Amino acid sequence: MTLLYPLQSLAAHPARLSPNYRSTLKRSPQKPLIPIRHSLSELTGPVYGHETVREHDNDLTIQAKGEPLGERIIVHGHVRDEDGRGVPNTLVELWQANACGRYVHVVDQHPAPLDPNFTGAGRTQSDAAGYYKFITIKPGAYPWGNHQNAWRPAHIHFSVFGHSFISRLVTQMYFPGDPLFPFDPIFNAVTDEKARMRMVSSFDLENTQPEWALCYRFDIVLRGRNATPMETK
Amino acid sequence: MSNQRPDGVTPSQTVGPYFKYGLTPNGEYEWNDAFTGNLLTPDVSGERIRVEGKVYDGDGAVVVDCMLEIWQADSQGRFSDPQDKRALPNSSFKGFGRCGTDRTGGFAFDTIKPGPVPDPDGKPQAPHILLAVFARGMLLHLYTRIYFDDEAGNAGDPVLAQVPADRRATLIANKGAGNVYTLDIRLQGDDETVFFDV
Ligand SMILES: [Fe+2]
Repeated sequence: MTLLYPLQSLAAHPARLSPNYRSTLKRSPQKPLIPIRHSLSELTGPVYGHETVREHDNDLTIQAKGEPLGERIIVHGHVRDEDGRGVPNTLVELWQANACGRYVHVVDQHPAPLDPNFTGAGRTQSDAAGYYKFITIKPGAYPWGNHQNAWRPAHIHFSVFGHSFISRLVTQMYFPGDPLFPFDPIFNAVTDEKARMRMVSSFDLENTQPEWALCYRFDIVLRGRNATPMETK
Repeated sequence: MSNQRPDGVTPSQTVGPYFKYGLTPNGEYEWNDAFTGNLLTPDVSGERIRVEGKVYDGDGAVVVDCMLEIWQADSQGRFSDPQDKRALPNSSFKGFGRCGTDRTGGFAFDTIKPGPVPDPDGKPQAPHILLAVFARGMLLHLYTRIYFDDEAGNAGDPVLAQVPADRRATLIANKGAGNVYTLDIRLQGDDETVFFDV
């Protein structure tokens, strides 16, 4: 199957220069990007098999001797292309803060405790239908230095590949109803509200496991359309 | 549900400052690396090269929390992806690499010189590597290309031809001793790297 990658799909993304997120000021290009036609270089992408992912890499609650503190959750969904087809066998990576909003990264100096039983890194591969699933801990909100009293809404960082090097996506998954949404310049750098809400997971009662873990659904849509457009039903 | 057409793509967000332990641990964190900057496999054929450089921001300061990913063909210009309908590479060379910048903003990839890849009209492009740049302060990654200063094909390359002549040098890695090519990435400013809208 040959996929097309129209540039219009990129309109959903945030502007690279989004001044309310201060770090963009010196890290966004000032000269116009140069459009080029897609050759095989752009239309192909890395293919990785099961050798990249170990059996329990999608369960962040069993990586240490003991169980991490915090609220155990299931995060699952489908990786799809723009026509709604599942993206099979694609690598999905995630990383996140612990329940207290602290990352194990050495640069993170937020005075909240580290959890010796939680690293916060995981990966999995979508199945033949594009489905993926993680078991983790609900991350906490954390402060950052962007402006006075700045806090990031709770989020999980996602990295996904898709069918080609230009379908590559790094994003953040948010939790429904977070009171910090109106104040976060990274979340609001996505200016279209419908697009912004595609980064917010939905609470999934049906797949919540009784006596064990709440479930959130996060479907990820990557660039890529069929060369011959499907009729919408 | 799976046949429902989505409203649009999931928007991009920054990789942030804390990706290292998850995406580029490189021995500094417990998590294992899915990818590294070393693409070489024992069975790969072709000219072994290193591509290295530093990443700078608009103030000329080095970017120490940058993630770089490369994607390239093998020495015969073939991609390790069945979507490349020509013969697939007959080695375990994958053509994909990832590394984080170090405390000096430096990066390095050990790989092979790619062969020429056809453009959409079937004409050969000069050998090149695709590079994606991710960092804190970047809400959406940037794409650029790495060309090589010792390739005669650069003169006829259709992509380089679209780049204003005075900016082409930002895409061309310079060969030094020991098959090491050097190319710095400048995210902003007078010598800003050419980035592509793809
Ligand atoms: Fe974060």
